[in-house]
Amino acid sequence: MRLNESTIVSASPKLIWDYIADPGNTLHYMSGVTRWEVVGEQRSGLGARYRMLIQVGSAEVGGLIEIVEFSEERDMAWSSVTGVDQRGRWRLREAGGGRTRVELRFAYGVAGSGIIGYLAEHVAAPSLRSHLRRSLQQLKRQVEHEKLRRDAAARQASRAATV
Amino acid sequence: MPDPGTLADRARTNGGGTEAGGEDGQPSLSDRLAPLGVAGGAVARVGGEVAGAGRKVAGEVLGRAGRRIGRALSADLDDRDPDYIRENLPLAWLLSTLWFRAEVRNMGNVPENGPVLLVGNHTGGNMAPEVIVLPLSFSTYFGVERPFYQLAHNLVLTSPVGPLLRRYGTMAASHKHAERALASGAAVLVFPGGDWEVHRPTWERNRIDFAGRKGFIKLALSQDVPIVPVVTIGGQETALFLSRGGWLAKLTRADKLLRLKVLPISIALPWIVNVGDLLGHIPLPAKITIEVLPSIDLREQFGPEPDPDEVYRYVTGLMQDALDGLAAERRFPVIG
Repeated sequence: MRLNESTIVSASPKLIWDYIADPGNTLHYMSGVTRWEVVGEQRSGLGARYRMLIQVGSAEVGGLIEIVEFSEERDMAWSSVTGVDQRGRWRLREAGGGRTRVELRFAYGVAGSGIIGYLAEHVAAPSLRSHLRRSLQQLKRQVEHEKLRRDAAARQASRAATV
Repeated sequence: MPDPGTLADRARTNGGGTEAGGEDGQPSLSDRLAPLGVAGGAVARVGGEVAGAGRKVAGEVLGRAGRRIGRALSADLDDRDPDYIRENLPLAWLLSTLWFRAEVRNMGNVPENGPVLLVGNHTGGNMAPEVIVLPLSFSTYFGVERPFYQLAHNLVLTSPVGPLLRRYGTMAASHKHAERALASGAAVLVFPGGDWEVHRPTWERNRIDFAGRKGFIKLALSQDVPIVPVVTIGGQETALFLSRGGWLAKLTRADKLLRLKVLPISIALPWIVNVGDLLGHIPLPAKITIEVLPSIDLREQFGPEPDPDEVYRYVTGLMQDALDGLAAERRFPVIG
């Protein structure tokens, strides 16, 4: 089952990328995610591994995931190494006017689980879709807030420089 | 059974006696009966073969049943099948989420690695919801790759669902089996209250009752593993449990024959009056809440030689406090 949600953020791809590529921020904007821990030496980038859990229905579901695509300011994709099969992708594209279209894709399932698995995937979909939407809203709010903060700081700095 | 050979021989002998014929030239009675004797011999042979085959079949059936029971009650750690568990997670998740609206809190209290003994209160009769919810939660939280075994009553493992449960890591409840699993580094779930606690009347639903069983403490100390208490609420609302029926178990000798100290009586679907709960029942969709309490290192907390009575009081006291807290949150039976 694959879910896809998107939003327009009034910030540059770089600002958004910097925010999502830092694993320290993940728990601040990812809805339903109860755990996102770096596993191993590498904190970020291609090959970085994380132990993640997301609340779906009655269970916290997840496992070890690995970043399998890391194209700066454009795409970041992960795939599960252990646990329930899952793939995810952040996709950033310029939308003009200093804005960015942010897309979050999430695919999941249990191979070999048959019709019951198909049913469970569909039952879980509304809850997961809601998590994705909320995650994007929270990301948008936090990044736009960060942009405002940076712009204000830059204005203050330029004002201080002129004085 | 008579010896078929002897009967056949006897029939042949009788027939043989007629071969000389009668003195008047007419076939004698024995001659006339000779074919019957031969036929009787054949029937006796067939009967003997059937009896022999019957004995063989009965022997084979009993032997097979004995082997099956023996195997069901053995503890081969390899019977646990992570792929099978993974493939069946969706079913457990559907039951847990849609039917029981289950909520599991603080699974993170289970140590990340190494052997650990999870000690739970048992609820809900033979259709105990925590038996579905807890392994699901453990498997999704830590991954099916982490070995996790559960101890169950012999009767559960010798039932038709026994082979399926073994693939989930369920083993016959025995100290030896639990020791073996813990020694291999696995997490083990035990319900010390067993059949006594699981069939307690519904009005005792908010009571931890291990019936003074302290085997889990001995087990944790012998293997030097931490104990993680796990408290469940809601299971005793999946039916109206009226009595453990200890007197009924004694009366029917189920206590001796099946190791059952109880033969519970409940009002449950679809039987209405459910005696024994041996065929299970359809549990009401009561909300199940499970709280995992912080891990307890017995030697760290009680010294090098902990007193089992003191540990028992402490662990059951902690669990009772947690259960009281969960009960206080609950506003309505079944609904939660």
